[in-house]
Amino acid sequence: MTALPILIVWLGAWGVNSWLSRFDTRLTRTLVPIVFGTTILLLWEMIVRIYSVPSVILPAPSQIGASFMANLPVLWTDFVQTIIKGALTGWIIGALAAIVTAIAIDRSTFLRRGLLPIGNFVAALPIVGIAPILVMWFGFDWQSKAAVVVVMVFFPILVNMVAGLAATEAMQRDLMATWAAPYWQSLWKLRMPAAMPFLFNGLKITTTLALIGAIVAEFFGSPTRGMGFRISTAVGRLDLPLVWAEILAAAIAGSLFYGIVALIEKKVTFWHPSQRT
Amino acid sequence: MTRALPVLTVLLAIIVVWYGAAVWMNAQWAQDQAARADTTLTTDELIRQTLTQERPVLPAPHQVAMGLWDGLFGQKFTSKRSLVWHGWITLSATMAGFAIGTLAGITLAVGIVHSRTMDQSVMPWAVASQSIPILAIAPMVIVVFASAGVTGLLPKAIIAAWLSFFPVLVGMVKGLRTPDRMQLDLMQSWNASAAQVFWRLRLPSSLPYLFASLKVAVAASLVGTIVGELPAGATAGLGARLLSGSYYGQTVQIWSALFAAAILAALLVMLIGVVEKLTLHRMGLAR
Repeated sequence: MTALPILIVWLGAWGVNSWLSRFDTRLTRTLVPIVFGTTILLLWEMIVRIYSVPSVILPAPSQIGASFMANLPVLWTDFVQTIIKGALTGWIIGALAAIVTAIAIDRSTFLRRGLLPIGNFVAALPIVGIAPILVMWFGFDWQSKAAVVVVMVFFPILVNMVAGLAATEAMQRDLMATWAAPYWQSLWKLRMPAAMPFLFNGLKITTTLALIGAIVAEFFGSPTRGMGFRISTAVGRLDLPLVWAEILAAAIAGSLFYGIVALIEKKVTFWHPSQRT
Repeated sequence: MTRALPVLTVLLAIIVVWYGAAVWMNAQWAQDQAARADTTLTTDELIRQTLTQERPVLPAPHQVAMGLWDGLFGQKFTSKRSLVWHGWITLSATMAGFAIGTLAGITLAVGIVHSRTMDQSVMPWAVASQSIPILAIAPMVIVVFASAGVTGLLPKAIIAAWLSFFPVLVGMVKGLRTPDRMQLDLMQSWNASAAQVFWRLRLPSSLPYLFASLKVAVAASLVGTIVGELPAGATAGLGARLLSGSYYGQTVQIWSALFAAAILAALLVMLIGVVEKLTLHRMGLAR
């Protein structure tokens, strides 16, 4: 009998959504997922309250929100330590290194044939495992986290960038040649712009990888701040609302990171078919 | 041969660089030992010592290879020092999670393709969830399940399933949508039922997409399992091997476990590649 209100809310929200989705306008297309998300949160809250689930197993969204607001300063230091210092630094270094390497190996067919299969292979490996080694080498602070991130993001970006540099057509390259464009000019004016959609694809994939690398590396040793550190200590104290607040912060950071890169992509590759509306 | 030669050259270059780095990084320790013993090392001795240390900063390739060989074949398979045993623990959790995640992903994709409400409700969240570092939840899942009395394979499998779920879902939705208007109209003119359209048109044309995402998913679920083995308390599996190696400074052990994981990942991806080739060939879709 206690399940009745839960069922009613679920069916009601589903009915609203089926009704909304019939219109298929821009407004309903944003409304439907919002309704769905709110329903999930509502059901979560109701299930926790009605069945009095202990907060050690699953805290209610309201508890998580309260913990998030109460721990804002802590979350901010963790954010700076893990996301800004660890993930972002590593991501930028790794991306730059991958782009430079891609341009360098692009000049030699031999190197490209040799590195691409290896790059593809390495991109599928569990690279996070390298975290304990790098923590040993670079110490507990953010440098080791940045190093893990560099290794994790390097190969996906490299593979995408090399594919992007090869994406020009022979006709376009011939045109550059008839204009007597030297290598650098044709690289800068033709092939770099043509590679941008591929590059941004790689950059977007690796935003998540960067966060994962930075957080997981903290499980192997960290100063007394940082998201991974906070998660593992809060789990030890069974302070699950704080853990979830930390995950919420990581989720927000991840979405923002991805969103900013997607926004830059929109500005840079405005000419690409996938960006036209 | 023209394809293997560049790869082999690059591999060789990597090994050479690795040896160089091993000498360079381990030199400090060897010099300190020599200074303590009041001896000076010739270059020859120095290089030999850097490549044979018990706990080097960076083990040389042959040390890792020996550690790997010893771990794989030097022990009884049931021994706790055997990488085969640890690998099996990891593999079983990975496969369980992979199976759950793939099934859930395909089921949800079928629902999304057939119901517009589900499409509009779930799809934006599925895409958004890609930008969230789900792996960070892994240790929490383990601890929560442990506090509820569930340990062993299941919690790790859930993390693996969660990670392999999204690539399959996204790839499968894309794949099931590949049939174009013309093909769907043709099915309609043959008076095909919805089930027939699904089994004879949508599902076959989605298979190339499915296999592509399965490769991503199996690699992701292996990573998930290994990270799931990291939190304190885990004593079995490649992830636990990494962690204990990092606690006790056993660098050779870390590198062997890492390479074992890499080999496992490569084997799994290759296995799916073979299945893909056979299936697509049989269906006449092979390129």
